[in-house]
Amino acid sequence: MKFQSRVWKFGENINTDLILPIQAFYLTPAEQAPWVFRANRPGWSEQVKPGDILVAGRNFGMGSSRPAARSLKNLGLSCLVAHSINGLFFRNCVNFAFPAIECADVFDAFEEGDVAEVDFDAATVKNITRGAALEAVALPPKLLGLLKAGGIYSLLEKEGMIGPKTAASG
Amino acid sequence: MGMTIAEKILAKKGGLKKVSPGDLVTVAVDTVILFDNNFMTNRWREVLKINDPDSIIVVFDHRVPAATQASATAHGIGREFVKRFGIKRFHDVGYSQGIAHQLVADHGYGLPGSVLLCSDSHTCSGGVFNCIARGVGQPDIVYAACKNETWFRVGETVRYELVGKLPRAVTAKDAFLQIAGEHGDHATMNVEFGGAGMQSLSINARKTLTTMAAELSAEFATFEPDDVMLEWVRARNAAPFEPVFADADAHYAAVRKVNLGALEPLVAYPDSVVNNSRPVGDAVGTKIDQAFIGSCANGTLDDLELAASILDGRRVASHVRLIITPASQTVYREALKSGVISTLIEAGAVVTPATCGACGGGHLGVLGPNETCITATTRNFKGRMGDPSAKIYMGSPATVAASAVTGTITDPREFLN
Repeated sequence: MKFQSRVWKFGENINTDLILPIQAFYLTPAEQAPWVFRANRPGWSEQVKPGDILVAGRNFGMGSSRPAARSLKNLGLSCLVAHSINGLFFRNCVNFAFPAIECADVFDAFEEGDVAEVDFDAATVKNITRGAALEAVALPPKLLGLLKAGGIYSLLEKEGMIGPKTAASG
Repeated sequence: MGMTIAEKILAKKGGLKKVSPGDLVTVAVDTVILFDNNFMTNRWREVLKINDPDSIIVVFDHRVPAATQASATAHGIGREFVKRFGIKRFHDVGYSQGIAHQLVADHGYGLPGSVLLCSDSHTCSGGVFNCIARGVGQPDIVYAACKNETWFRVGETVRYELVGKLPRAVTAKDAFLQIAGEHGDHATMNVEFGGAGMQSLSINARKTLTTMAAELSAEFATFEPDDVMLEWVRARNAAPFEPVFADADAHYAAVRKVNLGALEPLVAYPDSVVNNSRPVGDAVGTKIDQAFIGSCANGTLDDLELAASILDGRRVASHVRLIITPASQTVYREALKSGVISTLIEAGAVVTPATCGACGGGHLGVLGPNETCITATTRNFKGRMGDPSAKIYMGSPATVAASAVTGTITDPREFLN
């Protein structure tokens, strides 16, 4: 699993309330996506192109259990690379099949707009624009498999444990 | 090399002799708590089979009574789920209503040495009872309900050795703010609390520490067992359990002493809980519009009593709204019987039914543009309680009550010495 695209940069301790604000709580998943970072970076979500990559600092996704990772996926971002990812947020990334990986040096290695190549199988992050190559923290095979399989709901659906998606659940 | 409390429970529940930081383990889940937001139509996927109805607890807490048509619909879906699978432990709107993490305490749901999941981030609250309690995502909680199983990455553990006794007007919330201000986030790590100083802290006070560990981004927050805790659980739940102590040669990423006696009232400034604590004196004089006491962190009887001790015979400043939300109807009833509720209401506080309420900006005290609030709850993120331009300071219930009286952020020691 490999992604190549331009990078958007966000800082440290980016929280879930910024990604999925309370004002969007009752909207459908598709309607929630444009609300990402509206409070701290108004207008940004309209500039995201399909496949774009999010780069961030320490502890990305701190905060609540709300399905904020799903909003990043629905916004069209291909993956997240952060210095570190909040444990609960990381679970949501894996479970909603939004690829996310930790890479200690990523924040300083990229300027916004640089092109990144993120390889989840090799656990490497390259800055194509500047010619730098970084090592990331490999995902355990079980979690990488879960990501590739489309997340937990796909798994449970195949096993007949849960019903199909609905228009509202997205 | 021995194991920490979290590592020992993970090993046992994973059927392993030993786990170490870096391992990914699959563990059995003893208790699964679903709450009203799980049943919202923009999240819920119909569950067709579950593994063990008796392992499941359903709680309506975030928006009760229903705040909107969407939450009323979610409650309806939740009630159908309860009926379909014969869930016995169900906390609907009414007598047994409350915030899930408070109900864990009220009913002894978190058994020492067990694994408890809920898809609310403050589930780590239950670690006060020496269990592995963790907030997970909605898909995780559905998976756990279907299979009573989940995965965890094993993290390093930081141990906090509590010593001494808190001075008057200084609370466990201040102890937390000290840790969060000094050490920042603990992402990917576990937090373990112990030491002789824990004896001076009530279960409610300890629970403030484990609940707020969510704000440290800790994986698990666990207290070591003592008789006070074990008796609390035994008095509320007849099920058998095995408490877990850390091994004498357990490996910790750090062991840090917290001298409770040396602490002072602190406040977290707006927009971030970690790396943002200052002595209350720095904020003194800041005019407030709203003061709020409640949530899974500070809606206990201790918190309400502390607020009442400051508000007794006084009135809330005329330009301030003081909103108090007990964490459960059980807490509410106890406070009613002891006269605490009467004291709060006579002072001008609005006491709401038990719910998460304004803490998450859901209802019952949402903030408007450019307002300033001081809150004894869990989070002060930008936009957390309503409009993103609102400023949210966080302090102890004592600091909030004192500030409500003067109308500006105030050092509670002025009222309690």
